[in-house]
Amino acid sequence: MRWLVALLLALSAPAFANDTMPPAPYAYRQLDDPQLEAKAQALMETLRCLTCQSQSIADSDASMAGDMRSEIRERIAAGETPEHIRQWLIGRYGDYISYQPRVTSATWPLFVVPVLLAVLGALIVLHRFRRRA
Amino acid sequence: MKGVRWSLWVLAAFAALVGLFALQLSRPKNDTVQSAMIGQAVPPFALDAAVPERPGLATADLADGTPHLLNVFASWCVPCAAEAPQLAALERQGAPIVAVAVRDRPEDLEVFFQRYGNPFSRVGKDDLSRVQFLIGSAGVPETFVVDGKGVIRHQHIGEIRPEDVPDLLRRLEEARG
Repeated sequence: MRWLVALLLALSAPAFANDTMPPAPYAYRQLDDPQLEAKAQALMETLRCLTCQSQSIADSDASMAGDMRSEIRERIAAGETPEHIRQWLIGRYGDYISYQPRVTSATWPLFVVPVLLAVLGALIVLHRFRRRA
Repeated sequence: MKGVRWSLWVLAAFAALVGLFALQLSRPKNDTVQSAMIGQAVPPFALDAAVPERPGLATADLADGTPHLLNVFASWCVPCAAEAPQLAALERQGAPIVAVAVRDRPEDLEVFFQRYGNPFSRVGKDDLSRVQFLIGSAGVPETFVVDGKGVIRHQHIGEIRPEDVPDLLRRLEEARG
């Protein structure tokens, strides 16, 4: 019985985010100032949708993503910088919310290892060429 | 001889990589987004009442000296209905529970409460998911343990199952100290 409930819940997953409320004021409405809108758009494309985690909030029709777009456009219109808003969201949801890579104590190998491997590869190639000459 | 040693190193590195992949693949996928606000005070907000029979919810109501469960839910959310008996059990065992109704209509909430009961002493109306952003909640249902000073002590993501009830009561008790 329990597995049946779990299965039905899993199958009904798309229904979880279905509310019937109208979208937030700026969820589908651009800011009047094109420069501010461009700033907001650039930020929204690098923020992860929380309920549909492979999309950015700019791409998602989930109501929570719409609410977040509205919140961001209102903050940009009020003069807040995109980076400040990103930090505000990271303070709430952790690095997970941001698609923009950051160098931290956990992520630095991702940036250092490719450089090391490239240097290693270059050294090996150089070594081989020298030996052949 | 040198070639053999090299290929052994490569083989060992490959085996280590396969081991790492096997380990990670055997772990269940965890795509819940934890709030980064645990240990911090609930930021200021004030929500209007979502239904006429209960008052709305503001930050000051949480910092009134007693720990609370803060349930983030919606009448349109299937697992929120599934956790209703557990919330009722928590209330019967003395847990003060307040709620934020996300993107909901009073008439839908009335039907929901008639069907599943209303264990909440306050229900705030959040039509823009603002309180969710403030406390780092990524969906519904989620339940936060907030201590008497209004500091978030614990976040339970997803529906409360019967086996989660003792854990939440214990965490509520810990928040008292």
